[in-house]
Amino acid sequence: MLFSMNWIRDFVDLSGLDIPALIHRFTLSTAEVEDVYFKGADVSGVIVARIVSCEAHPSSDHLHLLKVDTGSGIVDCVCGAPNAREGLTVAFATVGGTVPTPSGALTIAARKVAGYPSEGMCCSEAELGISDDNSGLWELPADLPLGTDVKAIYDVDDIVFEVDNKSLTNRPDLWGHYGIAREFAAMTGRALLPVPKVELTAFDHLPPVEIDVRDALAYRYIGIKAENVTVHESPMQMKIRLYYCGSRAINFLADLTNYVMMELGQPMHAFDLRKVDKIEVQRFEKPFSFVTLDHEEREIGSETLMITSNDEPVAIAGIKGGLASGIADDTTSLLLESATFDGVSVRRSGVALGLRTDASMRYEKMLDPELAPVASARFLYLLTKIDAGATVISAATDKYLFRYPTIEIDIDKAYYDRYTGIDIPTDRIEVTLRALGFGVVRTGDALHVTVPSWRATKDVSIKADLIEEVTRIYGYDNFEIKTSVSPLYPVREDRGREADDVAKDVLVKSFGYHEVHSYLWCDAARYKDLGIALPQNPRIINAQTPDHDTLRASMIPTLLSFLAENRGFAPAYGLFEVGKTVHGFAADGSCDEHKALGIALYDKTVSEEEAFLTVRDAVVAIIRAVTHKTPVFAVLDEPADFMHPANAFAITVDGVTLGALSVLHPAVKAKLDKKAAVAFAEMDMATLASLPVAPIRYKTPSRFPAIEIDFSFVADPAAVNFDELCALCREVGGALLTDISVVDVYEGEGGSSIALRFVFSSDERTLAKAELAPYTDAILAALGARGLKIKE
Amino acid sequence: MLSQQIEALRASFREALAKADTKEALEAVRVSFLGKKGPISDLMKGLRDLSPEEKKDAGQWINALKTEAEAAVAEKGKALEEAALAAAIRSAKKFNPTLPREASHGSYHPITLVSRDVNRIFSTMGFTVEDYVEITDDYHCFEALNIPKHHPARDMQDTYYIENGQLLKTHTSAAQNHIMRKYGAPLRAIFPGRCFRNEAIDACHENTFFQMEGMMIDKDVSISNLIYFMKTMLSEVFGADLSVRLRPGFFPFTEPGFELDISCTICGGKGCPSCKNTGWLELCPCGMIHPNVLREGGIDPEVYTGFAFGLGMTRLAMMKYGVKDIRDFNSGSLKALSQFDAK
Repeated sequence: MLFSMNWIRDFVDLSGLDIPALIHRFTLSTAEVEDVYFKGADVSGVIVARIVSCEAHPSSDHLHLLKVDTGSGIVDCVCGAPNAREGLTVAFATVGGTVPTPSGALTIAARKVAGYPSEGMCCSEAELGISDDNSGLWELPADLPLGTDVKAIYDVDDIVFEVDNKSLTNRPDLWGHYGIAREFAAMTGRALLPVPKVELTAFDHLPPVEIDVRDALAYRYIGIKAENVTVHESPMQMKIRLYYCGSRAINFLADLTNYVMMELGQPMHAFDLRKVDKIEVQRFEKPFSFVTLDHEEREIGSETLMITSNDEPVAIAGIKGGLASGIADDTTSLLLESATFDGVSVRRSGVALGLRTDASMRYEKMLDPELAPVASARFLYLLTKIDAGATVISAATDKYLFRYPTIEIDIDKAYYDRYTGIDIPTDRIEVTLRALGFGVVRTGDALHVTVPSWRATKDVSIKADLIEEVTRIYGYDNFEIKTSVSPLYPVREDRGREADDVAKDVLVKSFGYHEVHSYLWCDAARYKDLGIALPQNPRIINAQTPDHDTLRASMIPTLLSFLAENRGFAPAYGLFEVGKTVHGFAADGSCDEHKALGIALYDKTVSEEEAFLTVRDAVVAIIRAVTHKTPVFAVLDEPADFMHPANAFAITVDGVTLGALSVLHPAVKAKLDKKAAVAFAEMDMATLASLPVAPIRYKTPSRFPAIEIDFSFVADPAAVNFDELCALCREVGGALLTDISVVDVYEGEGGSSIALRFVFSSDERTLAKAELAPYTDAILAALGARGLKIKE
Repeated sequence: MLSQQIEALRASFREALAKADTKEALEAVRVSFLGKKGPISDLMKGLRDLSPEEKKDAGQWINALKTEAEAAVAEKGKALEEAALAAAIRSAKKFNPTLPREASHGSYHPITLVSRDVNRIFSTMGFTVEDYVEITDDYHCFEALNIPKHHPARDMQDTYYIENGQLLKTHTSAAQNHIMRKYGAPLRAIFPGRCFRNEAIDACHENTFFQMEGMMIDKDVSISNLIYFMKTMLSEVFGADLSVRLRPGFFPFTEPGFELDISCTICGGKGCPSCKNTGWLELCPCGMIHPNVLREGGIDPEVYTGFAFGLGMTRLAMMKYGVKDIRDFNSGSLKALSQFDAK
């Protein structure tokens, strides 16, 4: 929204103050100013002048050769405006003067135009930047003294600033210049001047307007009739202000409703009295179509509040008037509406219609119903001031159905001190609140505050609101910055986050993997590309595309897509993500959300088994780092559709399943990359973090040498469960058996074999190989019974 | 006679020693002169046949020769060893540290990096780091935050709704109620998390992004404290002593609410295109926690006050690393993400 300083200064005297600095202050105290425009800054040396003769250019079909009286002499001017004519009083840019252009100020020079000398320029309104009317010269009143600078007559100079509407959402009172002027008054300590207006009671003796409010969504409706309006074009001063604030002049009555709205924030509507002489406010059961002022035909639903006259719809309440009942060029009598409608209803109707107007934006903010009569009185004041013949012919008929309660708040200086952490004197608090329109009854340091009606519709209701009113005007940059004096408490660490960090560190630092992020939902196209079925999982009802509506059940499919998309990055790379997955609905109907770690490895340089084992190693490393335990892997009963049915394993620690480890299903592999080995794992991080951590149990290393004994067995490594095998050996190997390791696995011609190393040691003495024979015999017997024969 | 014999022997030893230019040759010289069957040993044996006077002189001469020979062998041995080392070094293969090789450096997601930074800073100031869900409900995301139905604030947030009526959290503030209920007052906590807004994606807009919410609640926590904590934290994050300023901002869950600006990190506050010549960058919304929000969290607003703030971690990462296109974060592209390979 654009605000004119000239307009604001109608209501607060800012003389002697640095205006740009004040506008900056507004950013810090009220709402952010996004831009400041210095209107008229590029207009100079433009005076009132009169065309004293006008001849057609001999060889041009549109140029005129003018003699212009500047009040201090007659000069030549070549002019192409269609309305250039003898006797016309014009705005004349003299030689050396400037006019604005999109690329900056243009200095007027004496020069030849189409062969004839031209010593200045007759200007259109658009050429001076005071309207968008470029149809012809700006026609000035004939009685203006020639040679006078136009800036001395019209407010061409203005400082206009722009505030984002969003930063005014909570302040319905700031949707007009008067509310803004109140802020400047409070900031500067200057007085806020009253709005000049008529006394509505003066019309009480006139017949009322028939108004029938049939719906509680209308809080207040004031109607007034007036006739004998003969002025059809707004005064230039008014047009300039409207234009500077982003509105186009239409006709006098329409402009005046806009002007009052932009001044006070109260939307108004003028009906042509010939079409609308009584008012009803109601909603309709059945949808119907309605043509609004902008010639658009709109479907009106049952939720939308309408203004009707004799049950004929004439306006969408609070949003836009109808075409048929609006002010026309020949309108001389009107029925003026100044009303308050329910903000939520206006917003919903606006959304349903896809129509947001200057009026509806204001209603949405919950307007103060007390503003409606003020705006009516202001309108009539300006109407009769500008058009002396205009006459009010009805009482100001006021249907006031919903009143907001008066809000009173008790607060004291101690509360301010506690909330602010600084010392703001009570006097200062009182003065600020009063300047903003609050009623204050003070007893010592205690204040009994009455919230003004324009802040009481939703904005200010509690003590904390009164804190803000004072502190923002006091200025946050005037605050002393202090650390808190609250006692320190131990920081409670979240174990879940710690486990995430450990897993990330292991994967990045030990395995050289890359962390990625992806979306919470499945990308159906990517699933399809890989031949992976979308899970039956909770869905988003308003996704941007139906392709993105199913929440992901696993981290892996997206990681697989990422693997495919990064081909060419390197011959081998690992990816991982810690993120959320959803496993359907929980028993209470909510989404069953899990925090999961997904790991995926792509490697063109090794076998699939090697890749599988590398990911296995990563899983083991993470689990050991977090829990100091070693997982076991068991064949997964129900592998996901993208997993290899024969090579999918559950990851289990202490009987708790954490996730799965697998390689690709051949069908998926064929779509992803036939030549590369791909392996992946997924684990539930919350479950991992919830496992008890195995303590470190220190054992002093033996000072005596250990004995290592190696045996080779004929065996198929794929058929051996090394976890079970080691457990068996420990059972029969005696107390001196301290370690078992696999030193070689051979698969090749002549059969396959594995070599195991058994380490024996004692804390008390050096062992003799001979004394170990009973144990190694027992081990060999046990293994033999399992089908592992010593290799010859 | 004996003295001549000894001198001759000394001369021949010196000659042999001079010729020995390998370890092996030197050892041969040592054995041939100083070995048990060598001439010096023989001379020693010959001493038996001499008279005591002769024996005394001869013994000294022979010993002198032996000492000289032993020292000379040792010295020569050391010299040969040094020469051999020098030769080995001279002939060693020269390695090239610039030779390119494939090496795997892992990388963290930039959000992890900035989050860790911020978490660390707040941990040192006594804040708990908390986790929160991504899928929550209307109550936590709106109602508990003093955003009733039909409030215009909901216009600002286009929310993803799930078929069961739940929603994807639109801001980390959705965790405020949960954290207050979990810990009660006093409370210092931050809660980083992923947020979702249903909007079209372009270089500047993502429907999935990270924020970090922080709360501090205690008796007498003030606006003045809020400014201090924000300034301290942001100075740490950006590694420079920043200026901060507060402007009024409107959020239903704060009162007063603020927009916090920091002095422009590009120009230092002088004014540049990045800060639209204002010298300030709008960084984070914050404010004193609204009494209704405290009450809803089970905390008595007459006893406790607090502040809360929300920091856009995705935006922070973009600012910190100069990422121009927000889509890079969720792209899974290693050309982009593998660059974050240091803490």
